[in-house]
Amino acid sequence: MNSALRNGLTLAVIAGICTSLVAGTFYVTQQRIEENRQAWLERSLKPALAGLMYDSDVTESVVVLEPPHALPGNERALIYRVYSGSEPVAALFVVSARDGYSGPIRVLVGIDLDGRVSGVRILEHRETPGLGDGIEHDKSDWDRQFTGRSLRDPETGDWAIRRDGGVFDQLSGASVTPRAVITAVRDTLIWFEANREQVFAMQETGL
Amino acid sequence: MTPRRERIVDGLWRDNPGLVQLLGLCPLLAVSGTFVNGLGLGIATLLVVCATSVLVSMTRRFLNPDIRIPIYVLIIASLVTCVELLFEAYAPGLDRALGIFVPLIAANCVILARAEVYASQHGLVDSLLDGLMTGLGFALLLIVLGLFRELLGHGTLFANMHLLFGGEPVAGLRFRVGGWLLVMVPPGAFFSLGLAIAFKTALDHRRNQREGGRAPLRSGRS
Repeated sequence: MNSALRNGLTLAVIAGICTSLVAGTFYVTQQRIEENRQAWLERSLKPALAGLMYDSDVTESVVVLEPPHALPGNERALIYRVYSGSEPVAALFVVSARDGYSGPIRVLVGIDLDGRVSGVRILEHRETPGLGDGIEHDKSDWDRQFTGRSLRDPETGDWAIRRDGGVFDQLSGASVTPRAVITAVRDTLIWFEANREQVFAMQETGL
Repeated sequence: MTPRRERIVDGLWRDNPGLVQLLGLCPLLAVSGTFVNGLGLGIATLLVVCATSVLVSMTRRFLNPDIRIPIYVLIIASLVTCVELLFEAYAPGLDRALGIFVPLIAANCVILARAEVYASQHGLVDSLLDGLMTGLGFALLLIVLGLFRELLGHGTLFANMHLLFGGEPVAGLRFRVGGWLLVMVPPGAFFSLGLAIAFKTALDHRRNQREGGRAPLRSGRS
């Protein structure tokens, strides 16, 4: 047997063994991984629904908007619609704040039917540790100041940090990051107000 | 020292992959921000090094030297994928916290180095021992750096252990609120590693002086 053939065979056999090893592990873990993902999604969405009564599964009814869309950010935007019985209760938006310090910031904005913010959470970001990362729920209570706000409270023009003449707190040492998040939340509210009827009428595009 | 004892001392201390060989610095510096992250990546790396050493040692007789490198890479990549799937299934929070650094274990040169330098030329038991000690040496360094940076940078110890072991969120020990920012940012990781290397060198130096009078300082094993 010549050596090229021999080498090829050895590689093929080892590749086969390795592939079955990965396939076996995948087969064993697949279901748990799927459950974990679903649970994680539920867990990360729920905090933005504080104080609302609903009985639907949070992740049940989702609309995916591929860019370009009119919501903040250049990534795909998600809208989870939450119901109580057949009555719409709130919509959860996953949008991106574009002008952060480093890369897009994924923001979760919960808005109830009256256009009030039911909660804001930062899902993903790459802001500076110790400065901009105060927007994280676990790092400071900065994200709590949005709850209950709407486009009339404060007026649209006052959706800014104090330093810029607005009503929201900045983070010490970081103003770029809060500015980006505040703008993204405000623009989501504006979009929701303009499209309120449509949000709950849109066809579901399952993920 | 017997060869096996020598392997233990080398892997853990004298030829420590992080402190002396300075291999695998990218994950070492990026993930050593907290104890739980360091421990998690340490365990993952340890698993991959051991399994790779065993598999490489088992296949060493059939391998033509010409194709050994692609085969090592194949083995390492498959094992890393398995470990990542296991992490995702059984420690999803930690998997999320470590992010890209779990799949990147495949690119950790400590593992390829052990396969090429040791496991390809030694028997199963010796290779396993070598992988275990090298992996432990790497994991211990990750853990020590994690403890150091978490304590100074966050003012806590052992926070978020539930990411690894499940259950209720763990707050850990809190010594003060907030911490020293410098330790948490990437330069702080370099400073911490530098301190660790200096500490090891100082210890070795002192021991050398005590044992050998004015014996010259041995650097590494080269």
